[in-house]
Amino acid sequence: MSALEGRSGPRWMPYILSAPGLALFVAIVLVPLAMTILLSFHDWGQYKGIETVFILKNWREIWSDGYFHEVFLRTFRVAFAVTLLTAALGAPEAYILSRMKSPWKGIFLLVVIGPLLISVVARTLGWALLFGGSGGVVNKALLNLGVISSPIPFMFTETGMIVALVHVMMPFMVLSVWAALQRLDPQIENAALSLGASQVTVLRRIVLPQIMPGILSGAIIVFALAASAFATPSIIGGRRLKVASTLAYDEFLNTLNWPLGAAVAVLLLIALVLIIVGSNRIVERRYAEVFR
Amino acid sequence: MPFLVLNGLTKRFGEHTAVENLSLGVEQGEFLALLGPSGCGKTTTLQMIAGFVTPSSGAITLAGKDLLAVKPAKRGLGIVFQSYALFPHMTAAENVAFGLEMQGIARSEKARRVAETLDLVGLGAFADRYPRRMSGGQQQRVALARALVIQPSILLLDEPLSNLDAKLREEMQIELRQIQRNVGTTTILVTHDQSEAMALSDRIAVMCQGRIEQIAPPHEAYERPATPFVASFLGKTNVLEATVEDGRVILGDGRWPAPGGVASRVRVTVRPEKVAFANGGAPSLAGNVATRIFQGNHWLYQIDTAHGRVTVIRQNSGETVPREGESVGLTWRSEDMSVRPDGASP
Repeated sequence: MSALEGRSGPRWMPYILSAPGLALFVAIVLVPLAMTILLSFHDWGQYKGIETVFILKNWREIWSDGYFHEVFLRTFRVAFAVTLLTAALGAPEAYILSRMKSPWKGIFLLVVIGPLLISVVARTLGWALLFGGSGGVVNKALLNLGVISSPIPFMFTETGMIVALVHVMMPFMVLSVWAALQRLDPQIENAALSLGASQVTVLRRIVLPQIMPGILSGAIIVFALAASAFATPSIIGGRRLKVASTLAYDEFLNTLNWPLGAAVAVLLLIALVLIIVGSNRIVERRYAEVFR
Repeated sequence: MPFLVLNGLTKRFGEHTAVENLSLGVEQGEFLALLGPSGCGKTTTLQMIAGFVTPSSGAITLAGKDLLAVKPAKRGLGIVFQSYALFPHMTAAENVAFGLEMQGIARSEKARRVAETLDLVGLGAFADRYPRRMSGGQQQRVALARALVIQPSILLLDEPLSNLDAKLREEMQIELRQIQRNVGTTTILVTHDQSEAMALSDRIAVMCQGRIEQIAPPHEAYERPATPFVASFLGKTNVLEATVEDGRVILGDGRWPAPGGVASRVRVTVRPEKVAFANGGAPSLAGNVATRIFQGNHWLYQIDTAHGRVTVIRQNSGETVPREGESVGLTWRSEDMSVRPDGASP
């Protein structure tokens, strides 16, 4: 008891000690967030600029204009496709990595994580060089080989956006599944084999359910990052194929309609929080036994 | 011909030979223990029988058929792993049912056999529990039930009790033995725990550095160890250097008849519980009590003699016992000691 008291000190000590961190968090996260939310209720006009009133004009505009529906739908469609593809490619990739022998394991893990060290912009421009227009390396080669008659559209398409985002997001999925695989009992596959299960059954019935939490938490990370990604959609999507983040950017910096941009940004934030918290709940309930 | 035959089984990992020219026969219904220190090749042997490790050379036959030609999934062996390797996302009943499902057993029969086997291991009330909600002993029973329910031709146990605490381990030993007797499954146990091997098995194969040193029933291996390694690995033993004169082994004032044809310098091994304190003036090995430790049902002594330190275990039968620092004489029956020429490894 006395040891506990000696360590705890005065009652206000914890608050004092955490005050600097708290102040920083309030200053750079909470205050700007509150200001953005407030901003989304202000009025804006071509000639009068921002008027500090409290109206629902921006929100009503987003609610009623089909253009905004289209952009938000595209944002979540792309994020969903990217999540599915990273899961479908990343989970087997992580499993194969975990089964590799010692030197190769480390080398290939580095190959998977390596892209994280390169700027997203550089990586996306790389994709543009490979696929962009009829001058892209891949399209040129396929055209010259006669495999395709016209270049595969890549730039300014959703397909291009998805492909580039999958590449950017892959490490997060692989690392997440990798962590789940590390907790797998190494004997468990042998146990299933000895009970007469085929290799495919072992993967489907034994390994997959146990790494499912890893896949799902990876999916949540990838979905959040893909839905709020900016660099890749703005380079591949260009000015016309917009997602929520590039739309907000345009409203702020090109149209200068800050209140509308703020409303778009806040809506994206709310939608993401709802989707992530919701799916996390479902995952935790469904896989309670595996998580513990 | 025995039920399971290992013939000239060898496994090399690069330069290292894990198992060397191992031959062994196991009768139907027998409980055999592979006993040895870690790295002696016992687990590799088990893994070769299970099919997870391919032998470098040699043959394994089960009921006259070549087992090596059969895939691990088709061998129909029941295996209990050291870590239990239960499927954490399935309940106890689902774990046990998995093997039957793989055989395509009909639902009603499957349910009946799962319930039966869970009852057999005393877990009838825990069918719907997930492994992480169970104690180590309960998980162990689920692992056993999962291996037994497929009615395996052989049950392989890989250090099954090593993750349990001492009291639970003893209880499980008794239970495991009873279950094996009731079901009658041929069983191979891999363990480094000599008391576990002796408590459970019909025969013990003591292994050292990839070879079998001795195969014998527990009592025989303990009383008449074939090699010095077996003597030192199975239970505690005293090794004393002695001389032989006129066909007699001489240790201090003690004289014991020596077996014929041994050298003049010998090593005598004798179990601690076979050594008695000489009463009266009978010729004996004189010593001084260095330490005396009370262990409930017995006393453990360390006695310094001219031939080295001797460990003595005496039953706590209530008689007066020597104190530390007291001089004592040690004696034992000649049939309780074994005599080997000096130079053999201890």
